[in-house]
Amino acid sequence: MITKQISVFVENSKGRLAEITDVIAKNNINICALSIADTTNFGILRIIVSDPDLCQKVLTDAGFTVSITSVITLKITDRPGELAKALALLAEHEIAVEYIYAYITKEDSDAYIVLRIEKDVEAVELLKANGYQCVKS
Amino acid sequence: MAKYYDESIETASRETIRQIQSENLIKTVKLIYDRVPLYRNRMDEAGVKPEDIKSVDDLHLLPFTYKQDLRDTYPYGMFTTDMDNVVRLHASSGTTGKQIVVGYTEKDIDMWASCVARALTAYGATKSDIVHVSYGYGLFTGGLGAHDGAQKLGATVIPVSTGNTARQITILQDFKPTVICGTPSYALHLIEALHEAGLSKDDISLKIGVFGAEPWTDEMRVQIEEGLGIKAYDIYGLTEICGPGVSFNCECQSGLHINEDHFIPEIIDPDTGEVLPDGQVGELVFSAVTKEAFPILRYRTRDICMLSHEKCSCGRTLVKMAKPQGRSDDMLIIRGVNVFPSQIESVLLSFSETTPNYMLIVDRVNNSDTLEIQVELGEEMFKSDEVKHLLTLQSQISEKVKSTLGISAKITFVEPKTLARTEGKAKRTIDKRKLY
Repeated sequence: MITKQISVFVENSKGRLAEITDVIAKNNINICALSIADTTNFGILRIIVSDPDLCQKVLTDAGFTVSITSVITLKITDRPGELAKALALLAEHEIAVEYIYAYITKEDSDAYIVLRIEKDVEAVELLKANGYQCVKS
Repeated sequence: MAKYYDESIETASRETIRQIQSENLIKTVKLIYDRVPLYRNRMDEAGVKPEDIKSVDDLHLLPFTYKQDLRDTYPYGMFTTDMDNVVRLHASSGTTGKQIVVGYTEKDIDMWASCVARALTAYGATKSDIVHVSYGYGLFTGGLGAHDGAQKLGATVIPVSTGNTARQITILQDFKPTVICGTPSYALHLIEALHEAGLSKDDISLKIGVFGAEPWTDEMRVQIEEGLGIKAYDIYGLTEICGPGVSFNCECQSGLHINEDHFIPEIIDPDTGEVLPDGQVGELVFSAVTKEAFPILRYRTRDICMLSHEKCSCGRTLVKMAKPQGRSDDMLIIRGVNVFPSQIESVLLSFSETTPNYMLIVDRVNNSDTLEIQVELGEEMFKSDEVKHLLTLQSQISEKVKSTLGISAKITFVEPKTLARTEGKAKRTIDKRKLY
């Protein structure tokens, strides 16, 4: 199960994030999870949203550089040690993680781990075989 | 101390100069017509025959020569003598792909050296001086041009070339040069380096500075004169004509006397090509009429300038050109290297994922020119959303710029459509240096 993540290139200038979230808000798209990678002169905003295809369209129309990236959303129990266990499994199989962030929802007591992995299909199979659940988002 | 290197020419009457120019022009037109098919065809198209040129007054009848012609005939298509007679080649600086090459016979080198020697004499230098040449030696005309001129004068030349500032400071202290030749920005850099080393102008023996190869302001002149304890003079030249020594400041430090017995200047309207009178601003055009290997007729320098035949208090009658006030094309001079935005564009286009939407920001920080290339990040470049992908692309572009143009640049990615779009010709550069 692969999740469509929205990535947006953001210049380091005041108000850019506000403008991006404004476009998303006006189109009634909900942001479930968010992370930003920042470098000295640009940032990359990565979000999991309720409607990724629409989100890509509206942001592109508004003039942003947007890409849809495949990520894995791993559902784990929200308690100490669960994430460490899952990551150890990937490490044992030499599966590298490019970046990672997490979110929780109001609906259940689980934690959702967003992982960007080059070998994503292999990773999903491995996780499933070990009893993990990967969700769409 | 001799005031002039070549008094009979430098103080000649207008009539004498015109006569010399006319004789040389007539000879050169015949030579080029015979030896350069590109220019012969152009004269034929314009319906001008060599015999139509009877004096310098007929110069305006001749067609122009453009930089593109030098590229189209690359490497030797504009040469007017056999390679047997050519003793040296120089090429325009750091512009691979668009470089041009010029040749010199022994006599051409001697003529060029005399032009530089006239300049050095005007600055007050004599054979007793020790000349520190910090221009780059090589294909660039600066190093060897200044070198040959100083040697012609009989001075002691130290061929230092560029770089290794610590060593240059040791040379300034130990060899005690009295004259320095180089780029004005390097002079400012030397001043800083002297201070960092706990030294000042009192620890060196310089009296005279000879600066060119890039535009500089009067404020820079004052800074250099104070920092090095010298009088700073301007020398002008371009590879296509010969190199430094086409024109030079005199003791008045205002305007540059043109060695017009060799290089006939005109100011034209860059749009119509019409010749403009003294005092009017337009594009500077040169005809080099005494060279054997690479004479050139009505070469469009793209430098914006004006001429004055007013009497100069130094006694020279050679026509004066004002310090160039800008360019009629988009060429930038960054750290002495000629850069055309189109070259940056081809570097960007050589990466399949980049768009040719860019802006060049040129500035001067701590007396050194900086170049920032802002590149709009298109979707192709953002297929991977990983930071390392973009950083790799950034450094690849930077390396390619360095290897193609010979200058380092900071690459900055910007969001698409953030760079100003203008109707017609896009504005590709912001020069914050205010050099003109």
